Formats: sequence, structure tokens, C-alpha cells
Amino acid sequence: MTAVIGPSGTGKSTLIRCINRLVEPTAGAILFHGVDLAQLRGPALRATRRRIGMVFQEYNLVERLTVMENVLSGRLGYVSPLRAWLRKYPQEDINAAWELLDAVGLTAFSNQRADALSGGQRQRVGIARAIMQRPELLLADEPTSSLDPKTSVEIMELMASLTGSRGIPVILNIHNVPLAKRFAAHIIGMTGGSVVYDGPPAGLTDHHLKQIYGGEDWLE
Amino acid sequence: MSAAAQARPPAFLPNWPVRLAWLVLAAYVVYAISILDITWGRFVLGLENGVKFVGRMLPPDTAADKMALMARGLYETIEIAVIASAVGILLSLPIGLFAARNLMPPWITWPTRLFIALCRSFHQVIIAILFVKAVGFGALAGILALTVASIGFIAKLFAEAIEEISLKQVEAIRATGASFMNVITYGVLPQVLNRFVGFATYQFDSNLRNSTMVGIVGAGGIGGTMFAAFQKFDYDYLLTILIAIIALIMVSEALQNWIKKLYQ
Amino acid sequence: MSTTAIDREWRRYTPRERLGRFALYFGLVFAIVVSLRTVQVIPEFLYDAHEQMADLFKRMWPIAWSYYPQGVHDALIETLHIATLGTILAIVMALPLGLLAAHNITPNTGLNYLAKLLLVSSRSVNSLVWALLFVAIFGPGALAGTMAIAFRSIGFVGKLFGEALEEARPGPIEALKAAGAPWTSIFIKGYWPQVEPAFWAIALFRWDISVRESAVLGLVGAGGIGMAINAAMDLFQWERVALMLVAIFAVVIVAEIAVTYIRTKII
Repeated sequence: MTAVIGPSGTGKSTLIRCINRLVEPTAGAILFHGVDLAQLRGPALRATRRRIGMVFQEYNLVERLTVMENVLSGRLGYVSPLRAWLRKYPQEDINAAWELLDAVGLTAFSNQRADALSGGQRQRVGIARAIMQRPELLLADEPTSSLDPKTSVEIMELMASLTGSRGIPVILNIHNVPLAKRFAAHIIGMTGGSVVYDGPPAGLTDHHLKQIYGGEDWLE
Repeated sequence: MSAAAQARPPAFLPNWPVRLAWLVLAAYVVYAISILDITWGRFVLGLENGVKFVGRMLPPDTAADKMALMARGLYETIEIAVIASAVGILLSLPIGLFAARNLMPPWITWPTRLFIALCRSFHQVIIAILFVKAVGFGALAGILALTVASIGFIAKLFAEAIEEISLKQVEAIRATGASFMNVITYGVLPQVLNRFVGFATYQFDSNLRNSTMVGIVGAGGIGGTMFAAFQKFDYDYLLTILIAIIALIMVSEALQNWIKKLYQ
Repeated sequence: MSTTAIDREWRRYTPRERLGRFALYFGLVFAIVVSLRTVQVIPEFLYDAHEQMADLFKRMWPIAWSYYPQGVHDALIETLHIATLGTILAIVMALPLGLLAAHNITPNTGLNYLAKLLLVSSRSVNSLVWALLFVAIFGPGALAGTMAIAFRSIGFVGKLFGEALEEARPGPIEALKAAGAPWTSIFIKGYWPQVEPAFWAIALFRWDISVRESAVLGLVGAGGIGMAINAAMDLFQWERVALMLVAIFAVVIVAEIAVTYIRTKII
């Protein structure tokens, strides 16, 4: 798990969203398994996107659909629109969905509408949806920023365990430095739009944090 | 993870009432088409007719005397819409107030609401016909008909808006010892004025559209000119009139947007 | 430093806005005055208007209830069919136009404008005028009426549907895009669930209005109870006309109740 930290507006979110092209890069290349993602278009782009999962700060679930439907929508890159409309997902996908719901602890909610869930529960669905893609990479754009401190830790633990057991690398963008240091194996610090720290959490000293965030008062 | 398949509830609950509703809808469409005697043959024939029809409409007729006639008709149409809207708006203010159940006692609100419902229930054309029979052909019937329609729309929505206001503000004004009229002006109106303006502009637009065709039944405006052209098979003139009407309404819509921006 | 010395004027609107408002008020008053002066109203008609109306109502009483089964019932049912089929047809035609008009679905501004133009034209032409056109094309009868209702309703449904689409939350759409879903799937699973309640509300609302409009299409020969009203008026059978008006009133009220009930069920 790699965490990108930095002050607001420095481009952490933009960096992550360039990877799956939700934001268009203006210059440069993004190499993923040797392929430059910045050059992909159309079907090739879609094919790559389905191999990259994403978890969002605002959860981005389809509110009026059930939890099960939201989780299964992670497979939309793999099933035809007709089957999606008729809800005829392959049985193995449905089995995988049940497993994931068990893993995130929401099996009992499978037929409830997404807008009936709390914030933490919705984010679990978001994580399950992203992992349903069986992705080779998981992106997370401030996944805990809308959650209370206790739930934030739970979500980070969930993400770490699910991706760890499946061997999925994670790049996440977070502004809570203690959480980043606790869960990430690698930290990238950004400020003013450029990378100023790229190394393990142990090496992230107060000096680096001052450089990244500026000011001293917020340091404990 | 046990290899045996675990008993799971179904992934998606079939929504039987909804499926039934779709089936009923499909059956209805088939049934209704047969009842209305809509056959493919008639439809195709109609399309051929349609092509001929469109051919006779083009190019639009722009002869000078016809344009003058049309201009007069359009002008009368605008007049009808303006007067009907003005009178309708003026009358709707008190009528809407009288219909508001949070301001007035039931013995006032019930008759008022009944009156408003009556105004709304009938299509403007039907009301126009009645007024034509009552007051004769011409713009007056159109004005009266559209005034009634305006009251039905604006007064109802105005009453609903009043019923939705926060009574606390009204109470506060009353507590200062203000007279009834002042309570209305300073407590009620500020909260509902914006929406009232919205209703009024919408109704003016609606009146403008409707005043273009109350003339078909003799109530004045360009509808009469248009109907006459239709009956004389003057289809190219008809097209000119149609284009003029559409242009008029588009201008009105643009004006409306401008007004809305002004009042934001 | 004394703050009372500073003269602070509270202006609610900028000078330009005030000018605009003033122009508006002035324009309104001007329009009203000019209209009142130039409209051709024969005063005599105005003076005995109330007498004429009283006379008319007297002729309508007693209402010819017995005429209902033979003359009114079938026409009323036909009116309902015209309204319903017309609305269904309009929805089918309006959906693609609504999709084209919504900027977040169709980024091409040219197509947006074209779709909006078609929708505005559909709304600007009154249903009676549509009925006239279709009577000329298809001949008198319910087919013309149904087409008229359909074409008139496209603008209404399409515009509101397009606006509902533009108001859809972009977040879930982004998530589905990030998962690599093709556009059709994004629409079915991302946009449609969000706009579905609005869609049904629009459809029901339009059906309600169409019921009212279908009643009068018959006046120009497009089927339904309007034709019966026309016939009765030509024969000066005002009691029958009154009966038909009551019938329309009843149907409209029932339709409103039905619509309100269904809305609470599905939202």
C-alpha cells in the first residue's frame, strides 16, 4: 500500500485520477505493466480501467440500487449491457459477491437500498465493488475523509486486509498522516505540485512533514 | 470456505407488482390500438397524405396583405394574453389569500377552493366556447376565458405557497401589533413573492400559447386567422402563421429567462 | 473614529439591475395600457354579458343524465384511450430527444441545440393545432387525436427528462466509468436509477394534462368526447353539453386522484 500525502490543492487527487484517466494528463506518460495509460483511447481505455479498481471519498454508490447490485456493478466492465440490464450476471460473479459481502460484514444488507446505509457501511460497499473487479491495482481517493475517526481506522484495516490477502497493490490519497504511516508500506509526500518525499513511513520525520505541509502548530 | 454450496437468498428479489404492471401496460397498448381502429394501412396512407400535405405547405406564403392580416391577428393575440394575465394575476392575489387554510377560517377557504377547482378543471377552449356563446365572438371572450384559466392556476399555486410558509415570521409581525394588511405585506408576502413571480411568468407564457388558439372557436386572436386558412386549404399561409406563432413563443421564452435572471 | 460619520447606503440591487427592473415594470404597464386601449371589445357585449351567461346556464339545466349511456360513455372512453396511447407514444419518442438534449450525456453542443429546438417546437404548437394538422393528414378520428397528443407531449416530456438527466449526481457515474463499464451499462445502471422517479412523475403529470387536452381535440374532429360536444352544440342541445362537461370534470378529478395515489406508491 502506497500513501500519497500532502496539503489540499497540491494535486494528490489529480495524480491518482490521472492513472485511470478520470482526469486527463496534459503531458507525460503513465506506465502500467509497460503500457502507457496516457495514450489509451476507447475500448482499450475501458479494458484497462476495468483492471483498476477505485474507492471514492463520497462512496459514489448508486443510491437507489441495492447493496448487491452496487457490488456487482464492479463487473460492468466484463458483462454485456444486456446481461447487466437483465441482471443475468455469471454465477461465479454472484458467488464472489456473496464472499465479498461476508468479508465486509454486510451480508444482511444485500437487498437494502444503498441510501439506507451509514457512511462507513457505504464505503465498505464501495470497497467490495472495487475488489469485485479482481483488479490488478486499487486506487483510493481520500477514502476516509468523510468518515469519523473510528470508522476511518476500520475502513483502512478492511482495505489493507482485503488487498493484502489478494495481493492487490494500493495507491491511496489521504490527508490523515498517522493513518498513512500506520497502514502504508510506502509514502509519497507532495507539496506545491511536486514530490518531495518518496520512501518508507519510518523515514518520514517531522522535518519532512514541515516541508510538506508548512507550519508547526499542527504537529503533535 | 466449505466446498458445498451454501444456501443463499436470491441475489435479486423479483419485483412482482412492477412486472405485472409492465405486462398490463403492454396488453393495454395492444387493446387500445385495436379499439381506436388504428391500423397499419391507415397509418401508411396517412404518411403519404402527410408528405403531400407538407408539400402544399412549402414554400410559406408571404403575400403582403396576408402578412398584414397575420400581424393584426398576432397583435390581438398578444393583447388578449397581456390583459388576461394582468387581470388574472390581480384577481389571483386576493383569491389565493382567501384560499390559504393557514390564514383564513374554513368557511372562507372552502368556497374559494371550490371556485379555483372549477376554474382549473375545464380546458381553456371549452371555457372559451362558453364565453363566446355568452358574450359573442371576439377578443372579449378570449380574455375572459384566459382570465378564468389564469385564476385557476395562479391562485391554486399561490395558496399552496402561502400554506407552506413559516408561520413564525407572521407571528413575529403580528406581535408588533401590526394591522392585518401589514401582516400580509410584511409577514406573508416576502416569503411567497418570488414563487408568485414564477407562477405569473409561467401563466403569461401559457396564456400566450393558449391565446393563439382560442381563436379557433371564435374568441379572437390569430387562431381565427389560422383556422380560416385551414378551412380554405390555404396551407402555405397556414405554415407562415405556424412559424410566426412558434417565433412568438420562442421570443416570449427568451423574455421569461431574462426576467428570471433579473429577479434572482 | 466615529463610524456614524461614514454614510453607508444599503443597496439591494446593482444600478444595472435596478434599471432592468424599472424597464420591466414600465414595459408591463405600457403593454397593459396599450392592450386595453386597442383591443376591440364591443362595449354592448360586455354590459349584457352576465345576462347572456345566466341565459346559457338556464338552458343547460336540467342536465340530460339519461343521454349518458348512448351518447357519452363511448366517447369518454375513446378520449381516455387517446390520452393514454398518445402519452405512451410521446414518451417513446421523447426519450432519445431528452438524451440528446442533456449536456452531460451528449457533449456535442450542436446536437443539444438541435434536440432542444425540436422539443421547443413541439411545445409551442398547441395541441389543437397539432390536431388540425393530423386531421388533415390522417382524416378525422382517433388516430389524428392520438398523434396530436403524442407530438404535443414530446416537448414537455423531453425537456423535463433532459433536465432530470442533467441534474443526476456525477459521482456514481464516475465510479462506473472508472470500473471500465461501456456507456450503455453506465446509462442503465448509473443514470437511469437516479432519474427513474422523476421520469414516472413526468409521465404521470403529462398523462393528467393529456386527459384534459384530449377532451377538446374532438372539436376539430380528432376523436373523443369533443366531437360529441361539437355535435350537441350545433344542435343547441345545451343540456347534453352540460352532461358532457360534467363527465369531463368527473374524469379529470378521477385522473388526478389516480395520479396522486400512484405517485405516492412509486417515489
